[in-house]
Amino acid sequence: MSKLFLKGNEAVAEAAVRGGCRFFAGYPITPQNEIPEYLSKRLPEVGGAFVQGESELASINMVIGASYIGTRAMTSSSGPGLSLMSEGLSTMAATPFPAVILNVMRGGPGTGAIQGAQMDYLQATKAPGHGGFRLLAYAPSTIQEAVDLVYLAFDKAWEYKAPTLVLMDGCIGSLMEPVELPPMKEVQREEYPLYTSPHLNPGNPKRRCSATMITNERDHEDWNRVQAARYATIEKNELRVEEYMMDDAEYVIVAYGTSARVAKSTIRQLRDKGIKVGLIRPITVWPFPYESLRKLDETKVKGILCLELSIPALMVEDVDRGVQGRIPIATYGRAAGIVFSSEEVEEQMMLHIEQDWK
Amino acid sequence: MEKIYKRPEAMQKRPTGYCPGCLHGVANKIICGLIDEFGIVDNTVAVQPIGCGALMCWTTDTDQIISLHGRAPATATGIKRSAPEKFVLVYQGDGDLASIGLAEIMHCANRGENLTVVFVNNSIFGMTGGQMAPTTLMGQKATTAKDGRTPLQGYPMHMCEIINQLTAPVYIERCALDSPAHVLAAEKAIRKGFKNQLENKGFSFIELLSNCPTNWGMSPVKSLEFMRNETMKEFPLGVFRDRSEEV
Repeated sequence: MSKLFLKGNEAVAEAAVRGGCRFFAGYPITPQNEIPEYLSKRLPEVGGAFVQGESELASINMVIGASYIGTRAMTSSSGPGLSLMSEGLSTMAATPFPAVILNVMRGGPGTGAIQGAQMDYLQATKAPGHGGFRLLAYAPSTIQEAVDLVYLAFDKAWEYKAPTLVLMDGCIGSLMEPVELPPMKEVQREEYPLYTSPHLNPGNPKRRCSATMITNERDHEDWNRVQAARYATIEKNELRVEEYMMDDAEYVIVAYGTSARVAKSTIRQLRDKGIKVGLIRPITVWPFPYESLRKLDETKVKGILCLELSIPALMVEDVDRGVQGRIPIATYGRAAGIVFSSEEVEEQMMLHIEQDWK
Repeated sequence: MEKIYKRPEAMQKRPTGYCPGCLHGVANKIICGLIDEFGIVDNTVAVQPIGCGALMCWTTDTDQIISLHGRAPATATGIKRSAPEKFVLVYQGDGDLASIGLAEIMHCANRGENLTVVFVNNSIFGMTGGQMAPTTLMGQKATTAKDGRTPLQGYPMHMCEIINQLTAPVYIERCALDSPAHVLAAEKAIRKGFKNQLENKGFSFIELLSNCPTNWGMSPVKSLEFMRNETMKEFPLGVFRDRSEEV
């Protein structure tokens, strides 16, 4: 198949259509605007529907409606929008309603910076909303990977009947790269069973009933157990990680998304100078690749740099949960849309290698 | 012998969840009767609100979804745009529709979504225990307006009149549920709302003035008198718009 030269946001929008997306609702927010713009024209061409929601609150609830009726649906936004969607995400994780949620991350907190950053790690992995739930979350680091993961995310969302997050960053959304698009998938509306139906209408279980409040406490607790079992299955089966030049690594960088791209350049630069550095790149940030860190040999690895486009460092607690204090961990980040250069990261590495990681 | 009054087929065979004297049950029964009349029980999705209106989930024997607070029109938009062949009913109370969900109902109406919205207005937050709603009358007591609503808490919001400012809606009517004559008129209005959607005519909005004996602190009969003497003065009944024949 031939390659196209595409902007990240447009490439993932087309990947969604090819993955079966036939409904999109979203509200304008930088740096993801090309996604709704592209889909407003593209979805009607394939018999799908596009609605510009009056807010992120409305948009996520439109996606809930489309998902309830069995349509492959998606929304995209950035940090502030994801915060507004969090009640909807909590509901979707519970009911459960499959859909793909794209977060093209920007600088935070608050309204933040409109340029790309990686400041929604904790939101994505620990608390995408109230009430205690998890989202399978992919974090692509190239446009090709973003395309492949958005395409995959639709299948995973419907396999687990759960909302699935793709945690891009504004850099991936705005870059242009050669990309190979996956084939067009013809997907029909598919009404899947809802756990709540027999509890809301016990007399007629064939009705499709959905609520996130079940008035019988035991039924509700059973339902929580069903959800917990689903998270455990996802954790067991869906972990993805890239280990780059790790075989002989004496120093390790842990980074995802755009940071991991920069880290790879730094690693090549340092290896040219004879310094053995490797990369652990989470491709899923939940589930997190703790095992890749757990298996590090502390007699061999002298130091770890947790690298993110975020100040403060957010992923470091997960890194340490894998390392469990055996190896020193340093952090480095830039924020507000400023991206570190590979030389800047190299300088940081050298600082630690020469001073703290002796 | 002929049976002339019976439980609608579209109604679940179980008690409703409503308080004694509450008129939500009457609204539910009208809706279920019309679902029978149009023969659409297997093709209906009832989109329900948060609040007392959510108790409709124990009434309608149709597909149903309790949406997030205020978002029923958005959820219904997602359903209808994906599945235009479904009959999608939106059922909301006044806290849900006129307070937290004001944006969703306005934009749903403004897009002229092909939906039927039944808005039950009892001037109070019922489920949570009688707090002031945007529709609470001036001077009317609520648990968050203990001496009665004052201008500092705003004025009653007239949803039919507000939605009547928009271009897209096809049909807007305010009815009441206090008397048999008014109940029949409400049934007629909702029937028109059903028909409009089934004929792809667009957005219909039917407001039903209702009561809340529990939180108004009145007997059911007194609450009906209050509706006639107070509520209907603030919220006049009538057809605000009917373009059903034009579209």
